[in-house]
Formats: sequence, structure tokens, C-alpha cells
Amino acid sequence: MTATEDFDDLRDLYQEVILDHGRKPRHALRLDTFDATAKGDNPMCGDRVQVWVKFAAESIDQIGFEARGCAISVASADLMAETVQGRGKADTRALFEAFRDMARTGVCSHCPPELAEPLDRLAPLSGVHEYPSRVKCATLPWHALIAALDGTKEASSE
Amino acid sequence: MNVMTSPVALDVERIRQDFPILAQTIRGKKLVFLDSAASAQKPRAVIDAMVLAMETQYANIHRGLHWMSERTTEAYEATRDAVAELMHANDRAEIVFVRNSTEAINLAHSFGRGVMRPGQAVLISGMEHHSNIVPWQLLRDQHGIELRVAPVTDAGELDMAAFEALLEDGKVGLVAITHMSNVLGTITPAERIVRIAHAYGAKVMFDGSQAIVHRKVDVKALDCDFYVWTGHKLYGPTGIGVLWGRRELLERMPPFLGGGDMISSVTYEQSTWAAVPHKFEAGTPAILEGIGLKAAVDYVQAIGYNAMADHEASLTEHALARLAAVPGLSILGQAQDRGGVISFALDGAHAHDVATLLDRQGIAVRAGHHCAEPLMHRFNLDSTARASFGIYTTHAEIDALADGLLRVREFFA
Repeated sequence: MTATEDFDDLRDLYQEVILDHGRKPRHALRLDTFDATAKGDNPMCGDRVQVWVKFAAESIDQIGFEARGCAISVASADLMAETVQGRGKADTRALFEAFRDMARTGVCSHCPPELAEPLDRLAPLSGVHEYPSRVKCATLPWHALIAALDGTKEASSE
Repeated sequence: MNVMTSPVALDVERIRQDFPILAQTIRGKKLVFLDSAASAQKPRAVIDAMVLAMETQYANIHRGLHWMSERTTEAYEATRDAVAELMHANDRAEIVFVRNSTEAINLAHSFGRGVMRPGQAVLISGMEHHSNIVPWQLLRDQHGIELRVAPVTDAGELDMAAFEALLEDGKVGLVAITHMSNVLGTITPAERIVRIAHAYGAKVMFDGSQAIVHRKVDVKALDCDFYVWTGHKLYGPTGIGVLWGRRELLERMPPFLGGGDMISSVTYEQSTWAAVPHKFEAGTPAILEGIGLKAAVDYVQAIGYNAMADHEASLTEHALARLAAVPGLSILGQAQDRGGVISFALDGAHAHDVATLLDRQGIAVRAGHHCAEPLMHRFNLDSTARASFGIYTTHAEIDALADGLLRVREFFA
């Protein structure tokens, strides 16, 4: 039996990309100079995330985060940072709506075609829809990011 | 197993037959249910008692003059007798039915409101469930009562020297403390706690939500003043819990909720209260759940606490040994006297990931702060995974947990 087959029953939610980004996040850093920051807190499970953003005009120029939580929340924060870097604010909000839909239902039912590519990069997280209590793990960093865009300091996962 | 101390060893395979839900499969795998400390599964006897009541013998109680009401009242009140016997209470009127332990503690809080004076203190421990913290914070803020917390040692035991020191000024009117931690599995030294507290003039309330599932509770031998627990952890229905209190204390306490069933007479000028326990049982109670609780108590009594405690001690010993052999796993709390609740952390894997990955293998454990955030902070943790055992838990299920954790570790490696 190969290692892959051995873990088949565990892979649907924890795909390799999630394990990888959960273990070695690329954007897990505090920005020295930033325009906005916000914290996200899930009091139910103790997951915490803070997001820092630097804008260039109406786009996200740089983004970094610090997260304390499960592999899903850390991987989601990292994939989010990767996907929204260089993206416009309005576009980022639309992507959050689409991602939340995908996290809750497994698919994005009314997905604008221009979001198909970024959403595809976030698709490894769609498995959380099978675990309603874990959906918040995936959406928490997004709530923090949207709070930063809105100029509020804190976001709760619900 | 020592035959002398356990003349009626528990036949776990026969017991499992009594719990229909254990035949379920999860994602094609046999259910390994290790979350009984959150809520236990229900034996057929409890299910049948509730269904039978609804099908053959049901009406509102305590006020009907017709046959159905009389029979239902008898069935409901028979639970009070069974519970009094279970807890070795002197007097059936000392058994107050509530919704759950949380409500029972909130009721005990009326002791603080009605009997304690501002400036007195309530002493809790550092290993309480939120339900035995928050009601006392409310009492502190509304009634000028000081809230004190006796610390927990690194081993997860009550620091008895510090506990006694907190009583020394004689201001503590009530010690409200767990009889068994829902996180650490620690059984607190109840008799000693009572002896010390009484010596300083404090009353003692035990939160027995976990303890009564694992140990015989004899309120006379404990010599405590209040004891609370909940039915759903003792294989009974949700929605029914118990406050036992000394009659003379219950009589001094003001009512907890106002309404029907708890009065003796009502005019617009004033009302007078019914005698205990009814003074505290306003409104139509959880009749079916009460009837189900008697079936649960009878079921537990038939198995016997000695057999249950032996079975659990054997499971816990096996689990501690198997879990200690999982690389990177650390167990929270090493109390000398402990029951079948084990919290643990796995290096490199968050508790929620551990729980989800065990669930994929059909194994149900709890993960989180277990409604005991201050205790988690005491050990510098945000969350742990927790396995807890019941009368239907087998050694093979503990092996499945240990093997499952080895796989989780390998998966995250």
C-alpha cells in the first residue's frame, strides 16, 4: 500500500495543498508599513488571525497575516493572501462572497466568470462544506481582510 | 481484574446491545463514540420509557384530577424517589428537578442571593466549567459577593494548601467546586474539601455533572450542602437535571423562577410559595424527560457503580498507556485520582484537525476549550482534543483511537 492510498480516507478535506500551506505559509508575516489591519477571532474554537494590508490606489499591493489556529484556517489565510495580492478592493469583496458560497455549499452557484480563475485556486478548501463547524475556520481570515478593507478593527467569524 | 473487588464485572458486549445507536456506521466505518462526557448515548430502556409514556400514560402533572394526570404524576414523582435513593439523600423533598447542571448552579446561586451577605465570598476552583464560573460572576456583580479561585497544580489537581488559605479569613460563605473535571478527568478530594470548608463556616456545592457518571455519590457520606448533576450525561434524556440541597438551606432560599406550580396561593398583593422542592419547580416541568431519567437511574443501579467504576478504571489505565506511546502526544493533567476523561494535545496538529481526521476514521472525540477557557489558559493552551468513556466503551475502541492518532501524526508529518 502506498502512503497516498493509505490516507485516501483523510484526503478529501486535507488535500496536499492545504497541508502544505498550513505547514509552510508563504505570507505569514506582519507588514512593517501598512494602510489597514484587522483581527479575526472565532471565540468558539479559539482561532485567531490578524491581517495587514498595504494598498496601491484601489488595489491590494501587499498583504501579510499572523494566524493561530488549525491547518484549515492557516492554509485558508495563506491561499487568500496569495489570491488577493494585486487584486482590486471591489474584486476582493466579490471573491469573498463567492468563496463563502463555495465553503458553505461546495460550489459557487452564481459565480461571475471573471472570478473562475482565483476561485479555482481556493477550491481545495471547498471540502469544508461537509463540516459545518469547520466552515468558519476557512472564512475567518476573509472576515478579517474584509474588516481591514472596511476600516473596522475586528471581525468575528459570525 | 480483581474478582474480589468486582463481584459483578460489567459485560460490555451485553451492555452495548442495550444502546441501539452503537450499531450505526459513520462514513462506512463502525462508530467509535468517545464523547460521552459531552453527552452519553441512551439505552433502550430510556427510549422505551419515554415512548411508552407518550403512547399510554401522559397528561400534565400535579394538578389534574383525572386518571391520566394521576398516573403521570406518580411516574414523574417516582423519579424523585429513585434519584433520592441514587444520591443517598435523606429526604425526597431535597431533590429539585431543573433542566440541566447549569440551571441547577443558577438555582444554587439563589442561595448566594438570599442567604449570603454582601462582603462574603464564593470560592471556586481553577478547573471549573463555565457553568460554575459565570453564575458566580453575576452574583458578584449584582450582590457584592467576592469571587475567589483556588488554583490548580501542574498535575491538574486542586492545590489544597492554597484552597485552605483562601478560606482562612472566614469570609467564604460557599465553596462551589467540581467533583470531577470535564477536561482533566481529575476527581477532587470531596470529603476533604467539605471538612476544610465546614471548619471555616462555608457551605459546599459540588458540580457532579461528570462525577456521578463514574462514581457512587452519597451526599450523606460527602456531608456536602448542595450537589448538582444532569441527566443526559448519565445515559438519561436531555432537559432534566438535579439539584440536591439540604432541606433547611432550600427552605431559606428564595424561589428561582416565578410561575405556576411553585405557589401556595396568589393574590395581586402577594403570593406565598409552595413547600420545597416545588417552590423551585415553576411551570410544567420536563415530564417525559423526568420519566426517562428514572429509567436511566434504574439502568445504572442495576449495573452497579462498583462494576462501572472498575470498567472505567481499566479503560482509563489502558488509554493512558496507549496514548503515552503515541509520539508527540501530551496528556493534560496527571491527577492521582482520575476518571475516564482524557484531554491531549498532539505536536504539529491542531486539536480541531485531530478531531476531524479522527472523525474520518469513524472516531468521535471532542475538540476545543471544553467550556473551560480559564483552565486552558492556565496550561497555555487554546484547545485540546478530549476522549471520554462510558459504560459501553471497549478496550478495542481505545486501540482504535491510539491507532487513529498514529495515522493523524503520520499524515501531518
